[in-house]
Amino acid sequence: MIAFEIDSGDTAWVLASAALVLLMTPGLALFYGGMVRAKGVLNTMMMSFISMGTIGVIWVLYGYSLAFGNSVGGLGIIGNPLEFLGLKGLMAEDAVAGTVPALAFVAFQSAFAIITVALVSGAIADRAKFTAWTVFTIVWGTLVYFPAAHWVFAFSSEDGSVVGGWIANQIQALDFAGGTAIHINAGAAALALALVLGPRIGFGAKPMRPHNLTLVMLGAALLWFGWFGFNAGSAVAANASAALAWVNTLVATSAAMLSWLVVEKVRDGHPTSLGAASGIVAGLVGITPAAGSVGPLGAILIGILAGVACAYAVGLKYKLGYDDSLDVVGVHLVGGLVGTLMIGFVADPASSAGVAGLFYGGGLDQLWRQAVGAFAVLIYSFCVTWVIGKVIDMTIGFRVTPAEESSGIDLAEHAENGYILSSVGYGTYRGVQHTTVLEAGDLPPSASKADEKSNA
Amino acid sequence: MKLVTAIIQPSNLDVVQKALIRKGIQGMTVTEVSGYARQHGHAEVYRGAEYTVDFIGKIKIEVVCTDANVPTVVEAIVEGARTGQVGDGKVWVVPVESVTRVRTGETDAAAL
Repeated sequence: MIAFEIDSGDTAWVLASAALVLLMTPGLALFYGGMVRAKGVLNTMMMSFISMGTIGVIWVLYGYSLAFGNSVGGLGIIGNPLEFLGLKGLMAEDAVAGTVPALAFVAFQSAFAIITVALVSGAIADRAKFTAWTVFTIVWGTLVYFPAAHWVFAFSSEDGSVVGGWIANQIQALDFAGGTAIHINAGAAALALALVLGPRIGFGAKPMRPHNLTLVMLGAALLWFGWFGFNAGSAVAANASAALAWVNTLVATSAAMLSWLVVEKVRDGHPTSLGAASGIVAGLVGITPAAGSVGPLGAILIGILAGVACAYAVGLKYKLGYDDSLDVVGVHLVGGLVGTLMIGFVADPASSAGVAGLFYGGGLDQLWRQAVGAFAVLIYSFCVTWVIGKVIDMTIGFRVTPAEESSGIDLAEHAENGYILSSVGYGTYRGVQHTTVLEAGDLPPSASKADEKSNA
Repeated sequence: MKLVTAIIQPSNLDVVQKALIRKGIQGMTVTEVSGYARQHGHAEVYRGAEYTVDFIGKIKIEVVCTDANVPTVVEAIVEGARTGQVGDGKVWVVPVESVTRVRTGETDAAAL
């Protein structure tokens, strides 16, 4: 690692961006939580939240080292897990990443790891055992996300003393903020898990309407807000590249919301709020890989295409029969592919990436690089996720029982209810049979003892 | 005494309430219910998937009144709830054996 002067402006922006990106995970929890039925809202939100627990810890322990350590054997496959084990050595003054302290980069990238795992949960919402999902977050982060992040985000140093990932350095696919490592990765994993777990009871036969679209809208708003950190922060500096990414993150998202709504108006007759929220996310996904390598007009084109493609792709699960509950495949896999591949067409040499796509006279060179990066991550993620899912399913079981699923996963897995809106208090404390005025002798033996103790 | 029960469109509750008050009927109980009869469900569309919602939200009104007041109550409800569309609802009347006012212990007509 070459020591540079630490820039306070860059550091401030990266730390602020890290917090913005972390906020996306609770935002995603709201976005997903509103889309399931009321009886599964808490479980769905918890599946995102738990990622902030498990991934937050393993990122510090060994995740950062696997993703950003010096490549083992110089192969570009995986970082050395021992190099920064427990963030060893990163408190040193010369531990820097570009012009920011290495720990600022650790913080920023931790939030990426957290949300990528959380994204996958949408595919199996409403039917996964919470403990099985928790185990999955750790295993999947370790075997799928950290390697993919290494491939795409770890750049070799100019003097060759540090070797990064093969997609970033050998293939030189452009992925500014994670179209491949995050969205294609999460989308392919989502498809694999949806196939391993199978559909929800009644999928395709019974309507499963989103129970609270206001939560979905709030979630989409928080995602967009946080995404400015996700994309503009990926410049890892407060500079022109960050500003370009910010503008692209605005305009591609705006265009995608419009194009999704136009599809709905023409096809279904009504522009819907769920469509607007979904279009926003589709646009954000689409522009993620391209935010630093296309101009604003290219961003509009990517946004329009992402909105249209995803609006149609979310219908595929009914035709093909896989139950991707909240359309992680339709939005993240498809949107990620649109953005990643479109770089090959609309990469603008005037941008900080300095690469020309097909429409700017660059020929097909960048397009095939993008395609190799995209499909390598897609295939790796799908295959490894399928194996992880199968192993968890065959050992501890991945699904709740049909009875628990039908009566409501919140109660079965968390012993809670998302909404207690009735003014009638039906409850009593455990062990007491009825809500009545109790005399001392009415209490069951265990409760009586506790009562005596508290009196004594 | 009779119990008048009516199922009406939620948007007509205001008008029915005013009609009852104008005709001197002192109270009512309202419940949010759902169901269907001749008016079938409505269509909703989420991410392109179209659903027909079978059970439509309705308001159930219950009024206990003296036999003499039954025509007034029924008339007020019908007048207030009618828009001429399918789904305006129904009113039915059943006999009531006894009524007691909880606060005073008054019974039957005195309790109404």
